Amino acid sequence: MEFALSEEQKMLEASLRGFLSDRLPMERRRAIASAGTGHDQEIWTDLVAQGIGGLAVPERHGGAGLGVLDAAVAAESLGYHAVPGPFAACLVMSPLAFQASGTEAQQEEWLPRIAAGEARVAVGFASPIGQTGMAKLAFDGKRLSGRVQSVLDGGGATHVLVYLADDLPALAAVDAEGVRATLLPSLDRTRPLLDVTFEDAPAVILNAANDPLTARTRVLDAGRVMLAADTLGAAQSMFDQAVAFAKERVQFGRVIGSFQGVKHTLADLVTVLEPCRALVWFAAYAQDAVPDEARLAALQAKAHLDDVGREVARLATEVHGGMGFTDLQGLHYWFKRIDSNRQLLGTPERCRHEAAVVQGWIST
Amino acid sequence: MELTYSEKYRALQTEVRAFISKHGHLSPKQGGGRQKPSRKALEWQKLLLEHGYFARNIPKDYGGFGLPLDVLELAVIATEIGKANVYPGIMNQGISMLVPTLLEVGTKEQCARWIEPTIRGEVIWCQGYSEPGSGSDLAAVKTKAEVENGHFVINGQKIWKNSAHYSDMMFLLCRTEPDEPKHKGLSYLLVPMTATGIEVRPLVTMTGRATFNETFFTNVRVPINQIVMGRGDGWHVANVTLKYERLLLGDANRLSSRLVRIRELMERTTLDGLRIMDIPEYRDRLLRLQGEVMASKYHGLRLLTEQTRGEDSGIRRLIVKYNGTMIGYRLSSLAVDVLGAAGLVYDAMDEAAETDEATAWHIDNMYDIGLMIGGGSTNIQKNIISERGLGLPREPKAVVPPARF
Repeated sequence: MEFALSEEQKMLEASLRGFLSDRLPMERRRAIASAGTGHDQEIWTDLVAQGIGGLAVPERHGGAGLGVLDAAVAAESLGYHAVPGPFAACLVMSPLAFQASGTEAQQEEWLPRIAAGEARVAVGFASPIGQTGMAKLAFDGKRLSGRVQSVLDGGGATHVLVYLADDLPALAAVDAEGVRATLLPSLDRTRPLLDVTFEDAPAVILNAANDPLTARTRVLDAGRVMLAADTLGAAQSMFDQAVAFAKERVQFGRVIGSFQGVKHTLADLVTVLEPCRALVWFAAYAQDAVPDEARLAALQAKAHLDDVGREVARLATEVHGGMGFTDLQGLHYWFKRIDSNRQLLGTPERCRHEAAVVQGWIST
Repeated sequence: MELTYSEKYRALQTEVRAFISKHGHLSPKQGGGRQKPSRKALEWQKLLLEHGYFARNIPKDYGGFGLPLDVLELAVIATEIGKANVYPGIMNQGISMLVPTLLEVGTKEQCARWIEPTIRGEVIWCQGYSEPGSGSDLAAVKTKAEVENGHFVINGQKIWKNSAHYSDMMFLLCRTEPDEPKHKGLSYLLVPMTATGIEVRPLVTMTGRATFNETFFTNVRVPINQIVMGRGDGWHVANVTLKYERLLLGDANRLSSRLVRIRELMERTTLDGLRIMDIPEYRDRLLRLQGEVMASKYHGLRLLTEQTRGEDSGIRRLIVKYNGTMIGYRLSSLAVDVLGAAGLVYDAMDEAAETDEATAWHIDNMYDIGLMIGGGSTNIQKNIISERGLGLPREPKAVVPPARF
């Protein structure tokens, strides 16, 4: 029994964090976010060179063949640094979708390109997942029509994978005829969402899964764990910034961190935030290794991190006082990231409802 | 991550399961700990001790099982016992706090004399720390002990001692060196509750029951060797004890089993003809708490791994008491709400208090507030977490209001 990250996972974390704190100072984050593209070729190329492109791609297809826990470690680091660019959908959900539902030939064709960072596949759902927004698609066997909003990892997307009402994923190129993909000016400027309209657009279906619903659920739950890990990282960053600020900022002739009002707020936050890390680790690990508990853990990790994240985001901002409210301080990048994660792939209320169903506590 | 147990632990798992299927029917009912152990509890305790499922790592000479500490073994035993819902053994302040303290800082003679009867449940201890004027500011205790003819002579008053009315012994923090600074003037004494000059008066708590007591000391004499460590070391010893208390109060197994009981309660209780479980507002509260309990449980596993590796858990350990007592209180609050108006029949003094479901939940709910206060109140925990854990500056020196005459 070892409940801890492996040495390799710690190294992955240390190298990503070292790299990101060097390469992504606030001005850089701000510049990329202002552009609103949700993608920066230089950061992307460097991250792929760090190996995150192939994390979830099997070795035989040119990846590192790692698990959901390794991906969660990366997601936490990306959230910590509010990295502008795709990850959860492009580098975790879509490679898992190809493995769960693609034919051998489709995997052969796409997975190496994903690992190399050439194919960036955004993911959307036209099947119910507890997310608001327009999602209606029709597929006639060859061509796709309709519209999907709130597609994840829209920035720099080359393709989009959408789950249809019958749980089968369909893949279309963003620049294909009949596809109109509009990057939305999203709340979270570091990871803008995509609005995609299809008009008789050419698409291929991934139809090799024995049980499409199970395959879709696995991809969706892995995505939920990634968003939970991202929120964990973002919340930890806001918390660390608040502690550092409380140790420096002087008012009434004292550093504000010596006031119990501030100290106790920070103690409250760390008390709820720190156990979240173990929950996220377990939820991620369970996706690969504890099938009986994988669904419950993913749903509860998503819901719990959404709630804790919101609390940390608010109070860490408050500790910064007026500065926290400014664009200059830049805390809002993390605040908005946490809020966006909450609304995507099922709100906490929806995830908890599903968790009750999964455990047989209620029937639907 | 590797969450399966190796061969050695699986064998222990099998062994504990076999023990439970053979002897489980002898287990006393869960709960209590607010009463003197029953005969049934004492016999069950004996069985647990013989099999090494209690006091597993306490030396054989002191009545334990004598195995070296292996926290994973303890986790396996606790998990199996928890799953089977049998009594995990007697838990009181002597067992959870005094025994580890004696093992850490007591003399051989003290260990040999006190540990065995304590873990067997035959000698019951109470804690003599707080006073009317000294709660969170524990080092300010005024109860004093002066040395006279090879004895300490104790005078003063202690309060909040759970179970003092049926205790045999007290571990007492008192001032023996009045000329030393506050923290250096204290000593930690072991005092028989039968000593002449001790008067115990029941203190009725908010639950309506007299589970707390005030104890008055008038020229109470105890031999000078009844001290743990030396004169002036009391503050150090008391902190060793408190460290064990705080870990006890944040136990995630307890939260998990409480969650299961509330789930069952919600499945069989109805409101206006609907199962409470089918009412979204109540269900969402249960599921929120489940998320919190899960986080605490996996956090506990993480601490366990750090402990087996001899790593310092730092702030991760400091948050356990505050986090655990807070979740515990919210769980019992939900239970009380599920019981609703029908659960308002409350007669805490009644013999059946601990067996009536609604009364027991209400007592637990109030008692949970006591747990938030005892063992270093929540506000003190927050100071410890922020100062020791986060490195924030201490409060500026206190300003005591001047006397008005």
